[in-house]
This record gives sequence, C-alpha cells and structure tokens, in this order.
Amino acid sequence: MSSTATPAMAQREARAEATWLQRNRMTVTPILFLLPGLLFFLVYVIAPIFQSFHISLYDWDGLGEARYVGLANYEELLDDRNFEVSLWNNVKWLALYLLAIPAGLFIALFLNQTVTGIRLYKSLFFFPFVLSQVVVGLVFSWFYLPREGLLNATLAVFGLGPVNILGDPDLATYGIIAAGLWPQTAYCMILYLTGLNAVDPEQVEAGRLDGAKGWKMLWYVILPQLKPATFIAFVVTIIGALRSFDLISVMTNGGPFGSTRVLSFYMFEKALGEFGFRMGYGSAIAVVLFLIMLVFIAYFLWQMWRDERTARHG
Amino acid sequence: MKLHIVIWISREDTMRSIFKTGAAALAATTLLAGAAAAQELSGVLRIISDMSDPAPRAVMEGLASEFDALHPNLSVELTVVDREAWKTQIRNALSANPPDVVNWYAANRMAPFVNAGLFMDITEWWDAGDFAGLESVRGALTQDDRVWGVPYTYYQWGIYYREDIFAELGLSEPETWEQELANCQVIVDSGRHCYAIGSRFLWPAGGWFDYLNMRTNGFDFHMALARGEIAWTDDRVRATFANWRQLIDMGAFIPDHQTYDWQEALPLMVSGEATGYLMGNFAVDLMRSGGLTDDQLDFYQFPIITPGLPQGEDAPTDTFHVAAGAQNVDAARAFLQFVTSAEVQTRINGPEGLGQLPVNANASVADDEFIQQGFAMLSQNAPGGIAQFFDRDWPAEMAAIGMEGLQEFMVFPDNLDDILERLEAARQRIY
Repeated sequence: MSSTATPAMAQREARAEATWLQRNRMTVTPILFLLPGLLFFLVYVIAPIFQSFHISLYDWDGLGEARYVGLANYEELLDDRNFEVSLWNNVKWLALYLLAIPAGLFIALFLNQTVTGIRLYKSLFFFPFVLSQVVVGLVFSWFYLPREGLLNATLAVFGLGPVNILGDPDLATYGIIAAGLWPQTAYCMILYLTGLNAVDPEQVEAGRLDGAKGWKMLWYVILPQLKPATFIAFVVTIIGALRSFDLISVMTNGGPFGSTRVLSFYMFEKALGEFGFRMGYGSAIAVVLFLIMLVFIAYFLWQMWRDERTARHG
Repeated sequence: MKLHIVIWISREDTMRSIFKTGAAALAATTLLAGAAAAQELSGVLRIISDMSDPAPRAVMEGLASEFDALHPNLSVELTVVDREAWKTQIRNALSANPPDVVNWYAANRMAPFVNAGLFMDITEWWDAGDFAGLESVRGALTQDDRVWGVPYTYYQWGIYYREDIFAELGLSEPETWEQELANCQVIVDSGRHCYAIGSRFLWPAGGWFDYLNMRTNGFDFHMALARGEIAWTDDRVRATFANWRQLIDMGAFIPDHQTYDWQEALPLMVSGEATGYLMGNFAVDLMRSGGLTDDQLDFYQFPIITPGLPQGEDAPTDTFHVAAGAQNVDAARAFLQFVTSAEVQTRINGPEGLGQLPVNANASVADDEFIQQGFAMLSQNAPGGIAQFFDRDWPAEMAAIGMEGLQEFMVFPDNLDDILERLEAARQRIY
C-alpha cells in the first residue's frame, strides 16, 4: 500500500506546487497590478489619517519635543470661537454649493439643442471650469472691490450704494461661495450634457404620446435617466465644498477678522501658517474635518455598492 | 489636502543663482583691502535669503558674488526665496539638509528656532570682537543670555505725509495728541482722510497699536504687555483703545481698509485722498515710484500722547543666522563679519541698495531725507527704547489673534469689550 501511495502523493504534490501560480492566476494577477497603487494609497493616504489622529493628542510645534496632552486639543476646540465660525462656514459652503447642481442642469438643458455654433456656446459656458481657482478668486475679488470694482459700478447705475462684500464679515463668505459656484456650475453642466446624450429618445417620445411635457417630462422622464450624472455631480460638489481653500486664501485670506475661514483653512493656519505651527491643534481640526467627510464618503460608498449590486442582480 | 501642497509650491518662487569662482569680475579692489582677513576659506557656502523684492534681491546677489570673488577657493551658492513664503519654509529648510546662513528676524521671532536648537549659538564670535560697531543692537539678537545671529539692516516707522497738502491746509507737523487731532479735523473737513492703511494682512493695524500704546502707556508697559505680564482688559490698555477710537470716530482712516493690503492703499496717498500713512521706511520707495516727489512727501515722528513718557519707537531689524547644522562654519563666520562691516553696511543700506539704516555704528548713513530723519529720530529721540514690531515682539500665536482683534476694532469699534476678553483668554492660555 504504502509503496504505491507515496509516489502518487508526491506526484500530486509536485503538480500542486507547479501549478499554484497558474491555478491562482485570476486572483494573483489583479493583486499584483493593484499592489503599487495600494502601496502608495496606504503610505500617502491611509497612514497620514492615523498619523493625524496620533499627532492630535500631542502639543507639538513641529520642531521640538512633542508633549502628550491627551484630548486637551479637542477640549480647546470646544470653546474656540474661530473653530465654531469655521464649522458654520463649512455648513454654508455645503448647502449653497449644491446650487451648482440645479444651475448646471438648467444650463445643460438650455444648451442641449442643435443650433449653429452651439459648440462655441458650450465651450464658453465650460470656460470657467478650465480656469485655475486662483484666477477665479482674483477675478472675483477685483469684481467685488469697494471703489473700483465692476459690481459697485453696476450697482451705482441703479442708484444702489457701494457695498464691500469681501470686507463685510456677514457677506464675505457668501461672496466667496458665489465665486466658487461659477466654475462648479460649469462642471455640473458638462456632467449633465454628457448625461443628456444618453437619454433614450424613445422614452421621451413615449412620454410625449402620454401627454407629458414641460416640468412633468423633466421630472418623470428625463431626470430619472440622469440619475448617474446627478450622483457624480453631487459627489464632486460636496467634495469641492469641503476642500474649499484656494478661493478663501486668495480672496480674503480668512478675513475680515477670521470670518471667512473654513475648517481646511483654519487647520492650515494653525498647523502651517505664518503664526501657526501648532501641529497637534491643527491635526485635531483635521480629524474633525475628516469625520465630517467620512459621513459623506460612507454614504457615497454605500450608494455605489448598492448600485453595483442592483446592476449585477438585475 | 493635496490642494495645499500645490498652492505652496506655486508660491514658492524660488530662484537659484550659483556664483562660480571668478564669475564676478567686479572684485572690488577696495574691498579686498578692507575686509579680507586673509583666511583660506574653501568649499561651498550655502545661503538662503528672503530678500526677494527687486532692490534687496540685487543687494543680496551683489553680496554673494563679492564674497565669492574675495575668496578664490570658496564658491557661494545663493538661493532667494519669496519673502512671505520663507516665513513658513524656513522650518523645513533648517531641519533637513540645512544651509550655512539664512535670513530671519530679531526678537521673539527667533524663539522657536532658538528653542529647537536650529540656530547656532554665536556668542563667542561676538565676544571675540567679530562684529565691532554692533554693540548697541546685540540685545535684539539675544535670548537666554546667548546671541543667535547678526542684524544687517533696520528701518524706522513713523508717519509719512503729504507735505504739499499740509501746506495747502496751513498745517504743520503735530507734536502732541491735541495738535494731531486738530490737524486731522482740518483734513477730514477738507474732504480727505488723515491716514491710508490696508489691514487685509493685519500687521499694519499692529503698527498703529504699537505706537498708540507706547505713547499712551510708555515703552516699558508696552513690552510688559508683549511678555504677557499685563491683562488685555487692563484699564490702561483700554485707554490706548479710547485714543485710537477718537481717530476712528472722526473718520481719520480710509474706509474698507480691511479689503486692501498695504500697497493697495498707497494710491490713495498718492492721489491725495489720504494725507498720511503710518508705515516703515520701506514704503518710501513705492511712494516715490508712485509719482510723489520729495517736495510732496515728508516724515514726522508719532506725536506724544501722554506728556513726560520717554518715546519708544518701532524699528524692526532683519538678520542673518547660522544654521546649527551648517557645514561650512568658517565661511559662515567670515560672511557675517563681511556683511556687518562698516564699509559693506554703508554700501548695502545706501540709496542704491536697501535705502535703510546701517546697523554698524561706524557706517555712514545715506544722504536721503527719510533715512537721515529716521536715523536722527532713533538715535536722539527714542529714549524709551526700540521695539521690533507687534508681530515680532509678541509670541506668534498671541500676535496672530491680537492683530485680528485690532483689525476688528478698527472696523467695529463697538466690539471692543468682546475683543479684549478674547485676547485676555488667549493670553492666559498662551503664556
């Protein structure tokens, strides 16, 4: 028995060894391809997240010794008025930035027709998205200038008083959001324009036969078909709102007296700004911002997972 | 977070110029006689400078090439970094692969680097007599009884004003607060503003507070406040703000100043809509290039508010330091000696160079109306003491919160109580 069994087993083992790679090729190949990307993602995205959590427990100026302070940085955040202002501004950004989605949709619907030169109009509308945010910020801050700006010149024609939007703590944030909406609307518009290309003309025709037109047609026939575009527009707009930084830096530098800061800007100021270098405190702000983002990220991931499942199971 | 990195790289504006041996043929022969200590310096001297504005940049590049030419075996490698960007980049520059010599500022601004051991202690060089003629400025570079660098230039602050408009309105330079207010009333009545200011980047408001507080409560009180020994809610601090408010309420300052940076407010001074500007002497260059002649422009010392208090003045000092990790210490030492020598000081601070005050007592002051007045003021009429500036005398975090409060006060003076309580809370936490 044993004399016959042993060579057979050895043979089987040998075959198993020789073919392990071949047998698992379908698993190993994608892993190997993903490995470099995953490695970078791990080192440059995942690790810094945990590092931020870690540093937020310390009092550290980035140069000397770090001193463990437990949750003291978070306790300080609770009574920090600047933090509160920044948080509220983030909420304003999130809410108002979403206006880019309907605005983009309506411009897209308007441009979705065959007229001579429509390509030119489309590119003109798309133009602000191509501009750097810094340029957008500069253009708008000149537009808002209290004495020389175009806005006040226009208001003066209607006999309305000069208004210093970026110098007024109650208006400045809205002024910056308006500037941000300009390119963001263009972005949403282009997403919807591509989406509209994919709208099924037969369904539109069927809807028309059933007597749908105007708003009803839009709401019950067009919009459901634009759902993927809406989802992407929602994702990019939320992300755009949460990482608003360059416009603020260019247009007001967080001022007047800190009224236009958002969390990302405040974090930057505290950790890396001219008078900052409180790495622990900056990290604590970063952690809060991350947790807020996590809510949206979790929702997006869940949504995508659900979509994929329904796509797979019909 | 990727976004931030992009921004900082784009603001970096670093330019590299390497001066190879013999590249600068202008080996100023007079210099060879004067400064060369016949040391055999060799290797590479790496300097990072923040002198990025056109005139200072030319000065710095000239210094590097001259020093290079003086020492045949040494090559000087100069990197010029944008002045604002350098304020944050210096940390990285000093911690990883540090250069030999860097630019920075005196007083409290040095503290983080001194505490972290990133600046070299050069007390011995001072004691060895390397820097003859600099004794009077040693204090500004001293921390914990050790000296951490050398100054290379400083400049006065004060009120630059439109001489021609003053003459037209029949006004003369005010010496007391009453004269100041009376003058300002005349100016406001003529449809102008007394002062241009652009407080977008906050520090110009710090200058106003420095002067009002030094004149109301004296230099010693001012420095005690900077050291955190006095509450912001103190009645004496309130007195300073009350004086400030007199000017604000009469419409002395241009409106919407929180939207402009200091250069953007200059056209108002040039056009005559504002008649004065509390600024450092570096503003003169821009006022002149804006079209104001020396007949239209003049300077006066900030007027006295509380009689009998010795006047203190702001005179920020810019400095050179040797990095703790410097590779070529001998060359760095020789370079500091070269930069601070009387002859070089006269030249780089002259009207062709920085147009500021030399730090070496043996250097001669340029024949310029404003530099001469500033020198006379600081050497004869500042018995109270010399301060560096709000954002250099106060610890960084307090300075940032403080200047924000000062700007808010200038726009909404009614918020004073709230502002002072906020500053006081910050003081108790920070010190």
